[in-house]
Amino acid sequence: MASGEQTQKNKQGGGESGGTPAGDGAGQKKIAKKGEELKDEMDSLIDEIDEVLEENAEEFVKNYVQRGGE
Amino acid sequence: MPLPSVLGSEIEYGITVQGDPDFDPISSCVLLVNAYQDNEDAQILWDYEQENPLADARGFHVEGEKYTPNQQENIARNKTLRNGARFYVDHAHPEYSTPEVTNVRDLIAYERAGERTMEAARRAATALLPAGQTLLIHKNNSDRKGNSYGNHENYLIERRTPFREIVEHMTPFLITRNVFCGAGKVGSENRAQQCEYQISQRADFFETEVALDTMVKRPIINTRDEPHADREKYRRFHIIIGDSNLCEVSTYLRVGVTSIVLALVEDGAIPKSLSITDPVKVVKEISHDLGCKRQYALERGGRMTAIEVQRELLDNALRYFSSRSLDPITKDVLVRWERVLAALADDPMQLEREVDWVAKHKLIRSYIQRHKVDWHHPQVHMLDLQYHDVRPDKGLFFLLERRGEVDRVVESEEIERAVTTPPSDTRAYFRGECIRRYPEAVFGVNWDSISFNVGEEPIKRILMNEPLKGTRAHVEDLLNASPTASVLVRNLTS
Repeated sequence: MASGEQTQKNKQGGGESGGTPAGDGAGQKKIAKKGEELKDEMDSLIDEIDEVLEENAEEFVKNYVQRGGE
Repeated sequence: MPLPSVLGSEIEYGITVQGDPDFDPISSCVLLVNAYQDNEDAQILWDYEQENPLADARGFHVEGEKYTPNQQENIARNKTLRNGARFYVDHAHPEYSTPEVTNVRDLIAYERAGERTMEAARRAATALLPAGQTLLIHKNNSDRKGNSYGNHENYLIERRTPFREIVEHMTPFLITRNVFCGAGKVGSENRAQQCEYQISQRADFFETEVALDTMVKRPIINTRDEPHADREKYRRFHIIIGDSNLCEVSTYLRVGVTSIVLALVEDGAIPKSLSITDPVKVVKEISHDLGCKRQYALERGGRMTAIEVQRELLDNALRYFSSRSLDPITKDVLVRWERVLAALADDPMQLEREVDWVAKHKLIRSYIQRHKVDWHHPQVHMLDLQYHDVRPDKGLFFLLERRGEVDRVVESEEIERAVTTPPSDTRAYFRGECIRRYPEAVFGVNWDSISFNVGEEPIKRILMNEPLKGTRAHVEDLLNASPTASVLVRNLTS
């Protein structure tokens, strides 16, 4: 989970997500590095999701029936 | 001149009991609501009667009257909380109605206090169930089998605004705003066109343009005219088409921008109508267009994307406010509205920190890539559902939040305080403080009234027709000078 902590810091320090895409003088290396970071971050997120996702998803989703409301 | 200064939301949550083959939603809701510990000494009826005022004190009206409904069932289904909110059973769903607030930041704090109330009640209720059963609550709006339940927004506006103008201007606004506040959904339902993923949870369910219904043939504009306030002066504009958001920024934009657009409508500041041809069809098409690039025909001629419709409304707002003083929240909402529209026009997928449908889409897409499954896989459907789970350790939105992957608007401490403390600047303060100070004497409550049972005397109902009276500034001294409810009632009526 070390990579998770690392990427979280990067995210928080990175300001808003709608920033300019890399490439304006940043160079290919930077893009590659950014790509790797994103992949690590994503991997750690999916690891965490795998830990908490309900088992028997098919059964669970099938049985999830609500009455119309409001 | 006015921005709607009084707001509130009513949110129905999904409910199920894992491990119970005989799950009954209504009894589960009653269990949930009664398991929640807010104020043990309070046994408060929800006061369904609308009454006329007789006397007045400090903006209140007072009358004496005895009122006896089926008390046991009423109390079992309704809890009015110390923070001024209502936590109750609405048909087959648990519902949390926030107290009245005066700005969108407070709305977020109280709406999220509702999430925490649901979770606390859920834990307490689960402890009462047989071993192996777990009560689960989801802050979503559909079971993806054709059943939907609502997120309703309320905005107090002036009665003088013609309803016809509200319909004309709010319809194109409401069907296009989902691009920045949809909660996202895997698949479609209610006979809508098939898709892998769509922007809105609710769009599939809207079948007509204007009507009173909420449960069948849902309308884009709901005509309920129940102001819960002085009806000569006020209208409560009741919006039923929104999704329940988890992302604070999505709620902030949805409610903040809606307040701004309503102000434009009230002051006639939308010079050119943006009415879209066939809005019932278009609301679904917008929901299915993840790129937000599709154009729709306008009644006035020409075609626009959802983003362009929003952009023209924003331009009207910027013009409107250029000659007016701005409060800091409205100013910030305008800035964020402009920014989110620019980001959507560039690439919606960069809004993963702010917009629910994008955050969820990215999460599911990543899962699909990693596990090599497709959009129809049960685990994908599970992700779609579990994003909305209110358990902090299981809900996937909360996982994103814990990892710092979504932006916040309010502090966690503000939310925690909102669970038990009423807003200080609306009549919810008086309601909540009375429940905290005199729990045994509060007999019944509605948004615009509170009644007391003080010993031998008849029930005294205090009417609160003005949502901005009964604030801390108005009544704190009075409450401090009233050690008992009996003294309070005497002080109010003398």
